[in-house]
Amino acid sequence: MIAIVKRPEPSKFWTIATPIFAVILTMILGGLLFAAMGKDPVAAIRTIFWDPLFNEQFAAYSRPQLLVKAGPLILIAIGLSIGFKAGIWNIGAEGQYIMGAITGASVGLALYPLEAWWIFPAMVIAGALGGFLWAMIPAILKTRFNTNEILVSLMLVYVAEQILASAALGFLRNPEGNGFPGSRNLSQIPWLSNPELIPGTGAHWGVVAALGAVVAAYVLLNKHMLGFQIRLTGESPRAARFAGVKDKLLVMFCLGTAGALAGLAGLFEVTGPAGQISIDFGAGYGFTAIIVAFLGRLNPIGILLAGLLLALTFIGGELAQFMLGLPSAAIQVFQGMLLMILLAMDLVVNYRIILVNREAA
Amino acid sequence: MDFGSINPVVLLASLMVASTPILLAALGEMVTEKSGVLNLGVEGMMIFGAVCGFIAAIETQSPTMGFVAAAAGGAALSMLFGLLTQIFLTTQVPAGLALTLLGTGLASLLGQNYQGMSPPRMPDMNIPVLENIPVIGPVIFQHDAIVYLSLIMVVVIWAFLKFTRAGLILRAVGENHTAAHALGYKVKAVRFAAIGFGGAMAGLGGAYISLVRVPQWTDGITAGIGWIALAIVVFASWRAGRVLIGAYLFGGITVLQLNLQAAGAKVPVELLSMSPFLATILVLVVISARRHGATSAPAMLGRIFHTS
Repeated sequence: MIAIVKRPEPSKFWTIATPIFAVILTMILGGLLFAAMGKDPVAAIRTIFWDPLFNEQFAAYSRPQLLVKAGPLILIAIGLSIGFKAGIWNIGAEGQYIMGAITGASVGLALYPLEAWWIFPAMVIAGALGGFLWAMIPAILKTRFNTNEILVSLMLVYVAEQILASAALGFLRNPEGNGFPGSRNLSQIPWLSNPELIPGTGAHWGVVAALGAVVAAYVLLNKHMLGFQIRLTGESPRAARFAGVKDKLLVMFCLGTAGALAGLAGLFEVTGPAGQISIDFGAGYGFTAIIVAFLGRLNPIGILLAGLLLALTFIGGELAQFMLGLPSAAIQVFQGMLLMILLAMDLVVNYRIILVNREAA
Repeated sequence: MDFGSINPVVLLASLMVASTPILLAALGEMVTEKSGVLNLGVEGMMIFGAVCGFIAAIETQSPTMGFVAAAAGGAALSMLFGLLTQIFLTTQVPAGLALTLLGTGLASLLGQNYQGMSPPRMPDMNIPVLENIPVIGPVIFQHDAIVYLSLIMVVVIWAFLKFTRAGLILRAVGENHTAAHALGYKVKAVRFAAIGFGGAMAGLGGAYISLVRVPQWTDGITAGIGWIALAIVVFASWRAGRVLIGAYLFGGITVLQLNLQAAGAKVPVELLSMSPFLATILVLVVISARRHGATSAPAMLGRIFHTS
């Protein structure tokens, strides 16, 4: 008979091994799914995971895209992971991402056509602030009224989407755009744009910020008192309170950091790859980042790798759509499956599965 | 702007139609939560039910079959969540999120060939005699069967939890799973059943959107209603009667803002469209502020049950 026994501490080996197994298992199940849809499973998996990086024909275009897509995912996921570690569930990063883009773009467009070096830094600050303030709404409601942050942060995504629509159609609409929705193209205005820093790599300021966030989060969680308090709060909120952790401040810090990073991601996206505020600016990075955070085991280095992998599924998914006619929703299913399988595998991380013989038990 | 174009009787009748999906999903989730399980995947189960119902209704040309398929689809998807949280002992919050992500993806995958089609019409089931009462008749007694079903379910669930032995066991599992287990109740089986019921109800709610309210299939058709349903369970303090009030309140806001948009109110359309979500936040704040820590939530909500 099989018994499941809780481990005193999560297994270190399985913590690292399960994400890898989860990816492999998802590829197998994903392949079956693609086969069920009448596509060649091997070709589909190769198109998604291999061709964007190594196919001679596509790699030149796809490889830089990897960093372009991974940048925002990593930036947002790092912020989310800090909160998740403390048991604070901010699932509204998509809204914070949108608000960061809107506030940052607003500052830049308000100053247009002024030309000065400080405009882009000011936009960056405004973007981070926009995301931060948007995340402060659930934070303050939670600390002040004990309101559930999961629901509030999620509701605010829908509110942010409406503000985005109103910005694209109204207050940020390009006055020289012949009435078409959408703002001026920020990426084409030198002082407002977030250019590719090293040609051919896709690296823009958002990628730099993402790497900085990885390092900062690593230091915070491993070398700093606050990082210890975050982990303690997540594992035992009562013990944390006895240990003198200011739990309200911690909620503010976790949500605020996540919001600011998501806002930054939005700002770098709108000034770079996306180029403008448009109705469909929200591309779901805020939700995919949740998968990235878990696949990376809420560990900064893990998130870096997970962000690159999920970025690959986006790029490979587009390629598969183009080459094999695989619908884009299939990639969404694939990502959802990945998270589910990964969560199921947590069993072996937190529990030991042993065979016991019935008589002895 | 022309308030005269808004007919109060039509408005109230459409309020009932708009509230039904929220009511169904929130009732199901309430039962799930009463057993101590927090399933954040309502939005995913709803949209999956919506697409299952839509496809079944188109293929069989029977809206009834559509609703049956929707309930089955929602329940089937919820079993994945049950498997994860009950067998694999996963934390419930991320498992629910995963369910929503997966459900949304599956729905848009399944539904891509059904966009732009019209489902068979759900016939109205007017209640004899009562339908002829002025004002009240057209508002309450001239709807389709699902509207009545949702109202009957309010009473059934209330009575089930309050008066039946099975309801008592369900609540016991949700309040103290260790004690319930010690008494010999099958905690996991009860929770699987509650999760499945929640999934079926969410599926029905989703299909009501795609088959009656809209009625069409488009990606993201549930547009956050599943999340509002989750909030309504909190608002209702886990009581069936209050779920009804909550659902109708939000149905009311939705219908009113749509009518104001149509009537050309001098309020930005975006502000009107976000109003249900702002109202949800407001209500959550009021409810949580009033409770002062003492909560009426099931004590085991979100906790993992494991016997070694």
